[in-house]
Amino acid sequence: MIGYNFAYLDEQTKRMIRRALLKAVAIPGHQVPFGSREMPLPYGWGTGGIQVTASVLGQQDVLKVIDQGADDTTNAVSIRRFFARTAGVRTTTHTADATVIQTRHRIPETKLRDDQIIVYQVPQPEPLFRLEPSRVETRRMHGLADYGLMHVKLYEDIARYGQISISYDYPVMVNGRYLMSPSPIPSFDNPKMDRMPALQLFGAGREKRIYAIPPWTEVRSLDFEDHPFRPINAPHACGLCGATDAYLDEVVTDDRGGRLFVCSDTDHCAERRAAGHVGAEGMKEAAE
Amino acid sequence: MSDETLLSARGLSLTLGSVQALQTVDVDLWPGELLAIVGESGSGKTTLLNVLSGRRAPDAGAVWYRDPAGRLQDVHAMPAPALRTLHRSDWGFVHQDPRQNLRMSVSAGGNVGERLMAQGARHYGSIRDAALEWLEQVEIDPARIDDLPRTFSGGMLQRLQIARTLVTHPRLVFMDEPTGGLDVSVQARLLDLIRSLVSRLNIAVVLVTHDIAVARLLAHRIAVMQRGRVVETGLTDQVLDDPQHPYTQLLVSSVLNA
Amino acid sequence: MAYVAVKGGERAIDNAHAWLAEERRGDPALPDLTLPQIREQLGRAVDRAMAEGSLYDPDLGALAVKQAQGDLIEAAFLLRAYRTTLPRFAHSRPIDTAAMQVERRISAVFKDLPGGQILGPTYDYTHRLLDFALAAGDLVPHAPKAHAPQEPMPRVPDILRAEGMMEADAPDDAEPGDLTREPLTFPADRDVRLQALARGDEGFLLGLGYSTQRGYGGSHPFAGEIRMGEAAVEIVPPELGFAIDIGDVVVTECQMVNQFKGSKTVPPQFTRGYGLVFGFSERKAMAMALVDRAMRAEELGEDVTAPAQNVEFVLYHSDNIEATGFVEHLKLPHYVDFQSELQNLRRLRAEVERAAEAEQSPSPVAAEGRGEGAAPPTPHEGAVP
Repeated sequence: MIGYNFAYLDEQTKRMIRRALLKAVAIPGHQVPFGSREMPLPYGWGTGGIQVTASVLGQQDVLKVIDQGADDTTNAVSIRRFFARTAGVRTTTHTADATVIQTRHRIPETKLRDDQIIVYQVPQPEPLFRLEPSRVETRRMHGLADYGLMHVKLYEDIARYGQISISYDYPVMVNGRYLMSPSPIPSFDNPKMDRMPALQLFGAGREKRIYAIPPWTEVRSLDFEDHPFRPINAPHACGLCGATDAYLDEVVTDDRGGRLFVCSDTDHCAERRAAGHVGAEGMKEAAE
Repeated sequence: MSDETLLSARGLSLTLGSVQALQTVDVDLWPGELLAIVGESGSGKTTLLNVLSGRRAPDAGAVWYRDPAGRLQDVHAMPAPALRTLHRSDWGFVHQDPRQNLRMSVSAGGNVGERLMAQGARHYGSIRDAALEWLEQVEIDPARIDDLPRTFSGGMLQRLQIARTLVTHPRLVFMDEPTGGLDVSVQARLLDLIRSLVSRLNIAVVLVTHDIAVARLLAHRIAVMQRGRVVETGLTDQVLDDPQHPYTQLLVSSVLNA
Repeated sequence: MAYVAVKGGERAIDNAHAWLAEERRGDPALPDLTLPQIREQLGRAVDRAMAEGSLYDPDLGALAVKQAQGDLIEAAFLLRAYRTTLPRFAHSRPIDTAAMQVERRISAVFKDLPGGQILGPTYDYTHRLLDFALAAGDLVPHAPKAHAPQEPMPRVPDILRAEGMMEADAPDDAEPGDLTREPLTFPADRDVRLQALARGDEGFLLGLGYSTQRGYGGSHPFAGEIRMGEAAVEIVPPELGFAIDIGDVVVTECQMVNQFKGSKTVPPQFTRGYGLVFGFSERKAMAMALVDRAMRAEELGEDVTAPAQNVEFVLYHSDNIEATGFVEHLKLPHYVDFQSELQNLRRLRAEVERAAEAEQSPSPVAAEGRGEGAAPPTPHEGAVP
């Protein structure tokens, strides 16, 4: 795009962000403050992820952008267009073809490889913020690894509900040291973060924080020995492709309680259907 | 009683605004001993407690603590993480107002279990068992384990705070007017409880109180403070039955006359 | 299949933008608004967009107001996003408001003072009656003109300081912080705090400033002086080595004079709360000065109890571009997380139903599960992420 640098940000800013990323990789799970820039998209809509993507993107990269697991949701479309315009990079919807994947709220079902980078958009990087609003205090708690309070929250859940009631943005311990927000992904996706071959980068633009998980790093979802972590998913198969191991969206089909469960990862679902898998809904349609 | 002190302070001085809050104060505390610091309000008792516990740095002087490994630690020279660890394991702090220490939106069980979890306990069942046991120890009906503290009476709150503090079996507990603001009958029950727990668990206590009667009931030794100085110190009976310093005499007689 | 509704996102976005452009233009039978019209006739709107957009350029400000259909936070956002791409050639020297070309200058603490009181173009003493003559079409009004005052106009805090009644400015040659380049850290120094306030939302600061007057962290303020006018901006190009004037900016400055009882080292004296805003925005300058002074509570040894005194609270919530983005992001799809919550809730409800059934037909298993599912479903009072 005329008048703007490759991938929008000037090179100085990108270098500043890459320095923050290097520090973040060196201290897995630790939130590194960075000079977040004001972007032409609103705060809370992916400005952190966009800045991180802009800083790591090269001309040879192939970019995939998803929101809620889907490539075609409006915000994903808007961000993908932003990079197509400002960087002219190739874009794709195929997880396997992408070198950089920017995401909001999901991790793709297809296993990521060590030559890929996944960039998470993070609205609130501080995992303790609901328990302690002051960032001065939470910073101190991270410094001292003082995380008893987070377990108190889990204890309370079990005491009241018989189980841990966190269903998304489920807190994790990274490399046995830092408590981290995995961003608001469903807890279903948490296990994918553990020892992932791909580099995981997290950008929070409004809160001006960057953090990272280097490849193959241990990521543990908090739990108790006698109440182990249990990811949540709908007990159904995808109506379109029949998948039973993918995270499902629930679609309201009528006002009489009709529901259809389908893969939230649209690329995964499409690939399965292309390979001949058919779900209950697909069979119905074929019968009609 | 061992001949090695658990906590020693030498030459503590601190100026707050225009007030000499502490003037060259020395303190010694032996393992399992209960030391009461008495004096009227403004005499520097609570300031001394805060300095001894590392919560506030003195202008001059030092506080030494003998850790479980027998090493002397300079409390005010310790790195913040080490001091924080000390505070949530080997030490405890009981506030006059239990609301300062308790989490009012967390159940009684969660309040008692927090220090265990901060120390790395990760078995829900055993944390809960420990909480139940401690509620019994402080005479709170275990059936109330899932109730919020805001449904508790003042005396129960104070007992809950004590359970929360003692659950990690600290060797040293700082108490700031633990019976202040409670009814006399409630006070008596609480004092009894503190006395039996402390002696059974062999906990050393630095207790701040303006109430000579509380000191007489609980303390092995007494230090009397006036305007930032320790004016008299000794065994409880000795100081209270035969006070030497005029200020101590005044304090003791005012209690007798009351 | 209805589910594909989210498909076609690209076309939906294009169409929405087209519709927006059409709506912005309004009835095409009416003449298009020109930027000079906005700049000249909606000056206060342009001023606010410039102040909160942190960019002094009345023409771009007018464009932003036009493009945002008069939504001033949106206009400030446009200016911010533009500003962030601009290269930085130089830092200006501090502007000298004492040497300002004054259009308005009032003091609430001295009846008269060197340079006098100048009301200037203010709404203060207008009666707020809708002016139907204005609706009918404006005449070209004429205001009587006086000669520009020759007398110097010292700033009121300087007058007080000459007598030792006002705290001295702490001389500080350090380069001021810049929170558009460096992330906010705490403790935040006053330079950074003032920058955040100058960029902050007028409404938020107004509410906070007001709260200090109603007892939430008050400090007995007097409006020592408010002045508005043009101040020269100077830079020192390294190749020249001396200052050159690169233009003027209209600013509003407010100096609040506040009581201070003194401390161990400082005798009783007045302290200052400071407000400076691009353009004519007295309301914001005054609110800013109140909040600036409130945030100095800790430095001055006062109790920090009220929201306006809590530096972290004020600085993290004063920026309306951050605030509007995050509040409005709630309209983005959240159905993955919502689905997770839905499944979670179903699971919890199943647990409760199971427990209720077990209670009706007592079995030995129920007694074992102490605390596990046995608890009645009380509303959760703790924090739930």
